[in-house]
Amino acid sequence: METARPPASASALAAFFVVLAALTALGFAAISWLPVVASEHGPGVDRTIVYILVVTGVLFLVGHAVLAGFVWRYSRGGTPEYRPLSPKVEWSWALLPVLALTVASEVGVLVIGGPAWSQIYGETPAGALEIEVVGKQFEWLVRYPGKDGRFGRTAAELVHDVRNPVGLDKKDPAASDDVVLRGALHLPEGRPVVVRLRSLDVLHSFAIPELRVKQDIVPGHLGRTQFRPVRAGSYELACAELCGLGHYRMSGKVVVEPAPEFERWLREQAGWFE
Amino acid sequence: MIESSGHEGGHEAPRGFLRRYVFSTDHKVIGIQYFLTAVVMALVATVLAMLIRVQLAWPEKAVVAPETYVSLVTMHGTLMVFFVVSLALVSGFGNFLIPLHVGARDMAYPFLNMLSFWVIVPGCVLMLASFLVEGGAAAAGWTAYPPLSALGKAVPGSGLGQTLWLLAMALFIASFTMGGLNYVTTIVNCRTRGMSMMRLPLVVWTFLISAVLGLLSFPALTAAAILLLLDRHAGTSFYLPAGLVFGNETLPHQGGTPLLFQHLFWFLGHPEVYVLVLPALGIGFEVIAAFARRPPFGYRLSVYSILVIAVLSMIVWGHHMFVSGMNPYLGKYFSIVTVLITVPFSVLGLNLIASLWRGRIRLDAAMLFALGLVSAIGIGGLGGLYLGTATSDLYFHDSYFVVGHFHFTIGTVTFFGIYAGTYYWFPKMFGRRMDEGLGRVHFWLTVTSLFPMFLLMHYQGLGGLLRRTYDPTVYAYNAAARGLNLSITLLAFGLGAGQIVFLVNLFRSMFAGERTGENPWQATTLEWTTESPAPHGNWRREVPSAHRSPYEYGRNGGAEDFVLQSAEKA
Ligand code: HEM
Ligand SMILES: [Cu+2]
Ligand SMILES: [Cu+2]
Repeated sequence: METARPPASASALAAFFVVLAALTALGFAAISWLPVVASEHGPGVDRTIVYILVVTGVLFLVGHAVLAGFVWRYSRGGTPEYRPLSPKVEWSWALLPVLALTVASEVGVLVIGGPAWSQIYGETPAGALEIEVVGKQFEWLVRYPGKDGRFGRTAAELVHDVRNPVGLDKKDPAASDDVVLRGALHLPEGRPVVVRLRSLDVLHSFAIPELRVKQDIVPGHLGRTQFRPVRAGSYELACAELCGLGHYRMSGKVVVEPAPEFERWLREQAGWFE
Repeated sequence: MIESSGHEGGHEAPRGFLRRYVFSTDHKVIGIQYFLTAVVMALVATVLAMLIRVQLAWPEKAVVAPETYVSLVTMHGTLMVFFVVSLALVSGFGNFLIPLHVGARDMAYPFLNMLSFWVIVPGCVLMLASFLVEGGAAAAGWTAYPPLSALGKAVPGSGLGQTLWLLAMALFIASFTMGGLNYVTTIVNCRTRGMSMMRLPLVVWTFLISAVLGLLSFPALTAAAILLLLDRHAGTSFYLPAGLVFGNETLPHQGGTPLLFQHLFWFLGHPEVYVLVLPALGIGFEVIAAFARRPPFGYRLSVYSILVIAVLSMIVWGHHMFVSGMNPYLGKYFSIVTVLITVPFSVLGLNLIASLWRGRIRLDAAMLFALGLVSAIGIGGLGGLYLGTATSDLYFHDSYFVVGHFHFTIGTVTFFGIYAGTYYWFPKMFGRRMDEGLGRVHFWLTVTSLFPMFLLMHYQGLGGLLRRTYDPTVYAYNAAARGLNLSITLLAFGLGAGQIVFLVNLFRSMFAGERTGENPWQATTLEWTTESPAPHGNWRREVPSAHRSPYEYGRNGGAEDFVLQSAEKA
């Protein structure tokens, strides 16, 4: 029986799907909530996100439009027929989504996302500044190699909250000028930075949203991440991996300043044992 | 193919309340027992969710303590995944439906089946009891990553609470394994005459693949849990490296790595998503076919897609570890194969949508939820692209984007499958219908709160809000994103209230629902050829044979527009 109008429930459901799709697409405006980008590879990460927003946005809108249309159209009655498809028809139907999605998703991984991934995990650029970040419940410790440019030896047995937070070994000559700071990281603008990552206790994750940096710190492993800050300013360092009851307050500060100012600041820092 | 010609089936209906309803070996009773157990656990898990939301909406009031918050999040996630969705959807519906669908009088191993249920009961008790012990319930996240989960010093919940968590999970795995063995054996060996594999209802295919995936992947979690117990209580160092320092004291462990646990956990954890989601899709296919009066579009394609998903799901676990420090080439591999899963998934989604084409849709509550499920697959599946693409996951990892994403997949798709299945098979379970009016109210209250709520969480993720954070106001950069927290909490209350309508409907209809006959929905599969509720042994007469495809809808036009799968060819 074909009736002229679908029942109210069908119109309501179709309307719901349309409104949902529209609101979802509108919500993509939240892209403006992405924190400002302050690293060289950051725009590559953002480009990947925007690419996926566009692809999924289109698929989502089209899918929901068809879903809403079918619900509305085929709630009016009618006499369906039993007509199974031949395998050939089925396969040719499948071809379009299979091709479209394979291409759309792999382009995102390889073409759009690939370059930024290689920047983060590729060769260390020449002239990089090497620093160390140590995570512990619920604090960030930062170590600079000092004037000799070498990190001194550390040992877990030497760690003391107050007197020696990263466990520097006094007997190692390279250790005496190492600079150790709590909760704050200074970086030069425009120079590549390599961060050695260590944890004293549990998993932490070194995350600086503005720099599009996130790297887990696994106890027992010497971790590593690299990036080039390109925009001076003060940013927040967050712990992104659950590390206990104080996880939420394990924050720190990242100060990116022009290279000369950074150099001056670094010269003013005394070594931990000086 | 056993028992296909037995007259009274092998066994007599047992007498006595205990044998019939408590220690029953009847797959239907066991299915309902699982379902009701899941309802109880869902109540607890939902209350925990509400407490989480209260804390997030008013962090300045510090409604709960930080260590309690971490326990709440951990236990909410654990209960929902393993003790609610797994129990209701896989153990509950799987038990109830499989023998009825394949034409068997019971599961292949009825005693094992009863045992599987009675193993999960102490598991539930242990999980709940862990709230009461010193230090509180487990607090290392539902992922239980060591060292947090391995060392009592690391977090208060890592004391007895974490031990109980591990023991309860062991019972869960034991139960799930017994269930899975039963499913595979029953589906492969106990099909009735004529029920070839390609004549199985799609939902049975999803239960089969779900069980196979479970059997292949849960042993990894079992191993992971045993090693963790040893690290905790026997002084071993599987996950614990040298040089861990707590309170100026160096621990004696050496030689292990926390990464081992992560690999083992996600080797299970990722397939587990499909263990849960596939049966929900299967239910979607059954319900949509019956209410659109059309065979599901592309039966073969759907079966092949399910198989492809199963294979891919076993080789992508590393996408949970992109930022764990893995080799970047390995990361790239995991990224490439992960996003490929979108392909078979969208084929399934499109098949569900195309099943409506030229149908005659009736929007009963079961159908409403099945269509909601289709929409949720869209959101969940497409959301996966953001996380499967390693470069963007770098930003989204451990943010509320992830929280929004998995609530659509293992939260919404599965719950909508459970709801659609409940409205649809309730008559076969209890011989009565659920109230349609209340069912619609339930649907509308649910979709109007749930969809915006979990969508907003995605946007919070774009704004950088991190998950498992007790008080997000510690950071300034996430101000826009956390501004949504109050709205989300209000939506969560609305969602919770909507589920009360379902519970009222469920329990009222058990005793006072309108009585129904054999086949209230005029559906085609074998369960509708026996009376409602189905008797012990499932059919009083001979077990029906399968003579045709399970979905011959729209056969003759007119009122009788369907042909039962058991109808002989003219
Ligand atoms: C009643 C509706 C629900 C609400 C309001 C809700 C809310 C939340 C919130 C806010 C979190 C994140 C907490 C945090 O990271 O700090 C969370 C975590 C989680 N939820 Fe839900 N949820 C609901 C239902 C579900 C369902 C149905 C599932 C089914 C699988 C589920 C599974 C999880 C899991 C696995 C986690 C992660 C736990 C962890 O981080 O260890 N939730 N939920
Ligand atoms: Cu931390
Ligand atoms: Cu996964």
